[in-house]
Amino acid sequence: MHVYILRRLVLMVPVLFGLTVIVFLIMSLIPGDPALAILGSYATPENVAKLRADLGLDKSLISQYWIWLTHMLHGDFGRSYSLNRPVLDEILERFGATLILAGTSLVLCTILGLLTGVVSAVRQYGWADKTLTFVVLIGISVPSFWLGLMMMLLFAVNLRWLPVSGMYAIYGGGDLPDLLRHLVMPSITLAVVATGVIARLTRSNMLEVLRQDYIRTARAKGLDERRVIYRHAFKAALVNVIPVIGVQAGFVLGGAVYIETVFQWPGIGRMLVTAIATRDILLVQGGVVIVAASYVLFNLFADVLQHLIDPRVKA
Amino acid sequence: MSNPAATAKMAAKPRKSSVRPSAFKLLARNHLALVGAMILAVVIIAALITPWLPLTDPDATDPANRLLRPLTDGHFLGTDHLGRDLLSRLLWGTRVSLAVGISASLFAAVFGSAIGIISGYFGGRTDNVLMRGIDMVMAFPYILLALAIVAALGPGLMNALYAIAVVNIPFFARNIRGVTVGIAHREFVDAARLSGKGHIRILLSEILPNVMPVIVITMSTTVGWMILETAGLSFLGLGAQPPQADLGSMLGEGRKLITTALHLSAIPGGMIFLLVMSINLLGDGIRDVLDPRLKSGALARPAPVTRIDRSKTLTTEKGAGANTKTGTGPILAVEDLRTEFVLGDDVYKAVGGVSFNVGRNECVGLVGESGSGKSVTALSLLGLVASPPGTIVGGRVMLDGRDVFAMRDSEIRAIRGGRAAYVFQDPLSTLHPLFSVGDQLVEAIRAHNRVSYKDAWAKAVLLLRMVRIPNPEQRADSYPHQLSGGMRQRVGIAMALANEPELIIADEPTTALDVTVQAQILKLMNNLRTEHGTSVLFITHDFGVVSEICDRVAVMYAGQIVEMGTTQQVLQQPAHPYTKRLIDCVPRLGEAKRNVVAIPGLPPAVNNLPVGCAFAERCDRADDTCRAGAVALDDLGAGHAVRCVKPMGGDHV
Repeated sequence: MHVYILRRLVLMVPVLFGLTVIVFLIMSLIPGDPALAILGSYATPENVAKLRADLGLDKSLISQYWIWLTHMLHGDFGRSYSLNRPVLDEILERFGATLILAGTSLVLCTILGLLTGVVSAVRQYGWADKTLTFVVLIGISVPSFWLGLMMMLLFAVNLRWLPVSGMYAIYGGGDLPDLLRHLVMPSITLAVVATGVIARLTRSNMLEVLRQDYIRTARAKGLDERRVIYRHAFKAALVNVIPVIGVQAGFVLGGAVYIETVFQWPGIGRMLVTAIATRDILLVQGGVVIVAASYVLFNLFADVLQHLIDPRVKA
Repeated sequence: MSNPAATAKMAAKPRKSSVRPSAFKLLARNHLALVGAMILAVVIIAALITPWLPLTDPDATDPANRLLRPLTDGHFLGTDHLGRDLLSRLLWGTRVSLAVGISASLFAAVFGSAIGIISGYFGGRTDNVLMRGIDMVMAFPYILLALAIVAALGPGLMNALYAIAVVNIPFFARNIRGVTVGIAHREFVDAARLSGKGHIRILLSEILPNVMPVIVITMSTTVGWMILETAGLSFLGLGAQPPQADLGSMLGEGRKLITTALHLSAIPGGMIFLLVMSINLLGDGIRDVLDPRLKSGALARPAPVTRIDRSKTLTTEKGAGANTKTGTGPILAVEDLRTEFVLGDDVYKAVGGVSFNVGRNECVGLVGESGSGKSVTALSLLGLVASPPGTIVGGRVMLDGRDVFAMRDSEIRAIRGGRAAYVFQDPLSTLHPLFSVGDQLVEAIRAHNRVSYKDAWAKAVLLLRMVRIPNPEQRADSYPHQLSGGMRQRVGIAMALANEPELIIADEPTTALDVTVQAQILKLMNNLRTEHGTSVLFITHDFGVVSEICDRVAVMYAGQIVEMGTTQQVLQQPAHPYTKRLIDCVPRLGEAKRNVVAIPGLPPAVNNLPVGCAFAERCDRADDTCRAGAVALDDLGAGHAVRCVKPMGGDHV
């Protein structure tokens, strides 16, 4: 087991390396002179030249990448132009908020998705299945940012059950109940699509597994149907669903961009949108690398979990 | 000896089954998909004819009439903060969103499919390099990569289109590669290669048409996503820039006025929702039609107990039933058992009226080719035939004088693995792959006894020792995939023995094993039978096995018993030509010159049985009397019975 985790950790290195290469290549797509793009068209030639030197733009693409990478490994993600502070400081300050939101959503969509999928499969073609299938279809079709707005209007503005936006109340907030109250709408909105995807996959996998010979064996042993479904079939289906939950972590982290914008959540997603609008390239670069790296970690976690459940999986 | 003419005639016989409905008919039959297609058609048509509709200019501002509510005169959906007509803007915005979504989808489909086909067709290094690259792209959270691309290229609708298309390329590349790998080495591709066609021509004329359905499925499942995501980028202000507007940017603008003018965000958002949902509905429908597994209804969930059509079974009332004396008669008595499978318009009569007994401490063999109905018979006894599609439509099964089909599900469950236990054929697929064998034995024990886990585990180890598994203490912790085939079958037998059953139903328990292991397993079962006094119903296709273990034997063909008798009677004086052929299939030691011949032809399809003897088409003794009508099971005396018009042995003709 430890060997397996260690091997996976080693295998992560080339993936993370590849991530930085892709981010770097995308950023080199910036048309024209990035220094000019950052400083605007009214910049003096001296300032542009200085910034070019600062950014290392006078060097070759490969050495530019190497400088960027080594600096990043030393914790130097550069300085944000729009915020006038180190990129890493800004990211660290916001990363926790994104993790709280995305983590809550991931837990929600996993529980609700598995539950919905299993109930749907067990009641195949019954009214519960038909209703759930339809709800799931709505869930994967609804634009999350729109759903968030409509929920905000209903539950916060009209009914006043929940705070409109933000992570903590400005006055008298800051404790856990306050955080939870602020978390309800954003986390649910963010979880909707992933719940639908997991539910669909769980349903089809359960139906697939229930036709297997070993389920017939379980029934032939005289096990009651609850045990057959929730122990034998569910475990086998779960093995196939776990990797997809890992993938959903990516959708949730990405979708956080919309939800953080809608609910004014002080996370990395909202930071990225502002950074793109202000052309703060270093901030975008740093944010993307950090979020992508945490997604890779999420997937590692999912792989390890799958390995724990399925003795057949080899590293 | 063989009769190729007859076989050919049989094969050429027109099939009774109806022609498979066309893809479009199937799609039309799916009501939800139809609704989706209709909504989508209306939206697309509206978007297409928008320039010719009598609408005001979507960009014409009218500050005097700003923020009008929907259903105002002249402005059906009201106006926005600049007094622009919302209906006009909605239709023009839908045009833009649709165009962008579809373009992005085509872009991703073309590039992704090209990568997938090349990767799958050439394989090796090309495949490796391309797929590692695709994996890299997929290592990013979905939207994040699109954001990075937009950040580099700058906000704008076209840039958003590129970004969304690029992040969707991996889905196409992976799906298409998978399918291409599957067909890259099929005969028709090899043939094209041998005929001197170039790679490009093979890719375009042989591979592409075959992967097209997968491309269509992937497109139908991703186009909705792409519309949603481009709208999302526009919503964030990174897509369409004013004055250009798509549904996402309209929603983004409306959001600022959400408390004062709800319609400005509700309407464009609702439109995105409607559009994406109709596409998803249609996409699901297309996937169902193109995915052949779903067509047959094979994904239906089997019920815990086979459906029993009680109107036709011999059972009178549920619960009590026609229970007769227990503990005296045969342990198992089957009367006129009938099990059918309904697939579409076809009814397959897998078991067509089977009757036999298994006496106490007796081993009865049920022999036949695959497809003869012997396994379905065995599974029907305790309602383990998957249903749907299987249904028990007639007959009665008496287990120790109690009517099984009259029992409640809970009563049947108590018998399964208790008084009667199964041993199945392929223990790799019949043991659960994710539980240790000890755990699975413990479950079998605890399903019928109130014992602690620890005690049950001790008994499990004991059972493993009983079936001669070395180091049972350690082996109990093993998973099925860690054991050899013979070991797994021993585990299967141990599981059947867990609760000291009176009857073991063994469904080809030795078929998947090699000959030496087979002999060991047979010996084991024979020992258990003598030591514990268990009765056995042994299903096999091999008369060699029958001769070693069975007291009596019943031969099945096309869902019916065609001959029954003691093993000696049937082996030495087979009366049915089919039995004779089956016996002849067994090679015998020291008879090198013997002709081991397979029986020519195939058993008849059980959805299309002939009127007369089912074996007539393959029988060299058959004449018109055999085909005239149903043949009865005639008693030849001394418990020997045969279903044949002209039984072998001379004196009966």
